[in-house]
Amino acid sequence: MPKLGQIAEKIRSKNAGPFWLTVDIFCGTEAAYEKVVKGLTTHAVAETFGVNSQEIKRFDIADLNIVKLSLPRPHIQGSIFDPDMHGASWAALLAELPLNN
Amino acid sequence: MTTRVLIPSGALGLNYDPVALERGLAMKPDIIAIDGGSTDSGPAYLGRGVSKYSRASTKIEWQGLMEARAKAGVPLVIGTSGTCGTDSAVEWMLDITREIAANLGQSIKIAVLRCSQNPQDIGEFYANGLITPLPAAPDISRQSIEACNNIVALAGTEQIQAAIETGADIIIAGRTTDTAIIAALPIMQGESAGAAWHGAKIGECGALCATNPQSGVVIIEFDGDSFTVIPLADGAHASPHTVSAHMLYENSDPFILYEPGGYLDVTNAKYTAIDETRVRVTGSNWVPSDRYTVKLEGARGAGFQCVLITLLRDAHYVKNASTWANDIIEKCRDKVGARLGLDPNDYEIELRLMGKNASFGALETHTSKPHEIGVLAIVTAQSNEVAMEIGQFLNPYLLHQPLTRAEEQPTFAFPFSPAEISRGQTYEFCLNHVLELSDPMSAFSIQEVNIA
Repeated sequence: MPKLGQIAEKIRSKNAGPFWLTVDIFCGTEAAYEKVVKGLTTHAVAETFGVNSQEIKRFDIADLNIVKLSLPRPHIQGSIFDPDMHGASWAALLAELPLNN
Repeated sequence: MTTRVLIPSGALGLNYDPVALERGLAMKPDIIAIDGGSTDSGPAYLGRGVSKYSRASTKIEWQGLMEARAKAGVPLVIGTSGTCGTDSAVEWMLDITREIAANLGQSIKIAVLRCSQNPQDIGEFYANGLITPLPAAPDISRQSIEACNNIVALAGTEQIQAAIETGADIIIAGRTTDTAIIAALPIMQGESAGAAWHGAKIGECGALCATNPQSGVVIIEFDGDSFTVIPLADGAHASPHTVSAHMLYENSDPFILYEPGGYLDVTNAKYTAIDETRVRVTGSNWVPSDRYTVKLEGARGAGFQCVLITLLRDAHYVKNASTWANDIIEKCRDKVGARLGLDPNDYEIELRLMGKNASFGALETHTSKPHEIGVLAIVTAQSNEVAMEIGQFLNPYLLHQPLTRAEEQPTFAFPFSPAEISRGQTYEFCLNHVLELSDPMSAFSIQEVNIA
């Protein structure tokens, strides 16, 4: 199974304020976008980040070939167990997620 | 009516392209607006009420903008002064401004917008039901609110407009929304609120909405129901894709943006290329709300920290690092209980294995075998003295702890002496709430300062 990072052009994660993390998957082409929309389940994303599916806001934006996912941060920004103040490294974890065909 | 807002960069302290800034001045902007902060660097800046960026960098960049303002003869506004926008950070920015004005011989009128809140007042507002949580807000109580070191309310356009109306040359604002400093003047001059807020969101990070994002300088030209994005540096081009994609940036919802007094809806926005560099946007919609609310940010002390670093390079220890680390934590906790008499819940000891799973902890999926591991030991306790004391308990384990008693005593690599590094107080964000106001100015104040 291909990994998300092999299909998408770029994956970016950032803080959306101290309590939310937002992940932008730039697919690059319509073909890649279709593969990502079909192959990436919100459930798999929830498992990857250790949150409930219901807490994830998902936007499949066909006009831009982008899938955007926003979720409560795995740790509140700057709390003592937060490993990443700016939240940018989480993209790498999602990039390694296998996509369903 | 046309209103041009010149935005030198995404934040004061990130530098800007001086050639592009000159081009912007030649286009006769109506205002120069720059952001001075963000929560993105964490809770300590708000907790301490200090700036993230160096004073020297801030002063050099601010001087360039004060000179640009004098040349253009239009107001210059900075939002979220000194990273966190507390009154102390505003005072810091005002001092820098005074020094520069004296150096340049400028006579200026400054409007200072203060946004700090008294935690006791906010506690009382909470008790009176005026504070409501946003999604994923932490639990709060009157007591936890009153324990905050600093609380700020995020000003919107109304408060910035009040500052502009004083006729000030320079507006030094405390915490504002990133967009408010850009949207304020266009709305005041009768441009549509939808275009104003949308253009402000696109422009708030400077040229990040274009190619060559580090160049900083952009103009957003507001024109009734539409706006145009004009990047000004060489090699900076805006396209419908770069502009519309910027709505995603650090934003949990790419179509809806909540602001004081309502929300922006860009679901039906149209992005059209005028040429290779400029993009025109239409169809942005502003939906006013019934209640006027401002967002609150608060930070409070969350203990004191001591950190230590050691390196594992011996293959046996690298391979068994987790077992080794868990054993150390257990032994050290026993010692803390026995010798300091602390309750196990009164402190934390964590050993982060860098090279193994320090980024994601239990969520890490990768299992490749590192050849060395950096061990970041983090102690959090209720006072600096206790944190350092526990750090000293940890020290010999991090240096010499064998995996089993049968092994010869190992010695690991400490990069520093002393090994214990005091981090001082650590802070946590503790509010993700909005405060309802009957009058937008009731949580804010404006002071006029004349410098002759």
